[in-house]
Amino acid sequence: MTCQELTEFLDAWVHGELPAAQRVEFERHQKECPECVSYTNAYRRTVELGRKAFECPDDRIPEKIPDELVKSVLAARKVRSQERT
Amino acid sequence: MSTPPAQPSTIDREAALVARLRTGDDAAYEELVRDQGGRMLSVARRLVRDEDEARDVVQEAFLSAFRSIGSFEAQSRLSTWLHRIVVNTALMRLRKRKTRRETSIDDLLPKFSGDGGFAAKPSAWGEESSTASEREEDRAAVREAIEKLPEIYRTVLLLRDVEGLSTDETAKVLDVTPNATKVRLHRAHQALKTLLDSRFSEAAP
Repeated sequence: MTCQELTEFLDAWVHGELPAAQRVEFERHQKECPECVSYTNAYRRTVELGRKAFECPDDRIPEKIPDELVKSVLAARKVRSQERT
Repeated sequence: MSTPPAQPSTIDREAALVARLRTGDDAAYEELVRDQGGRMLSVARRLVRDEDEARDVVQEAFLSAFRSIGSFEAQSRLSTWLHRIVVNTALMRLRKRKTRRETSIDDLLPKFSGDGGFAAKPSAWGEESSTASEREEDRAAVREAIEKLPEIYRTVLLLRDVEGLSTDETAKVLDVTPNATKVRLHRAHQALKTLLDSRFSEAAP
């Protein structure tokens, strides 16, 4: 396995979807290639950082919808239901 | 979006709310919009990146949900159902907008020499941030980097990693094959890594 081939398997590896035979090759290449170790570590952290990018520390409190949008949605519902009748 | 399993009380509450919505109860509609609208607006803002358009998307998504409340299946969560509707509505909006020329992602992908080795040594990243304020700065930097991705890569990354859609669901809403979705996501990750190298590599100041 070359470095280029290894990078093609990264997403499957990060998601734990790499078939056993390829995983053995992947891990063997990594043992002898510090460059791929660096790339793989940074890639894995990139995926994690992407997932967490939009989390807020106070995520448990859901964002509130502005009052004027609530009114607009409810008014549009009335208009639509009148159009249908 | 991954929603935690509903507690029985939530299921009962939702079933009661759906029943009221189906009878046309105005108060039930307001309750639904106030309960779910904030989360839906966050999703719309992330995807369309324009406040007015995001609000239009939320309104359109609610109207579409109201029309099909009769076909809502009790075994799903209302929040999950509405999440899918707002994602679809936002993507329709993005498709209509397609006037911008897509920039190439090639410059952000790793380069290889003839023997399949890295053409330039990949940078090793340093230690992970340890304090809450550092992590918040990291999140802001990552959001900024995601914004720099070409549109189709930004979208696939948001749908899979942030909104939590599966590969098949993402493929369906983007109207591409599951394999194309995987390839795009992988390129998005590679490009995002390149954009973040300057912040996270050991050599970074």
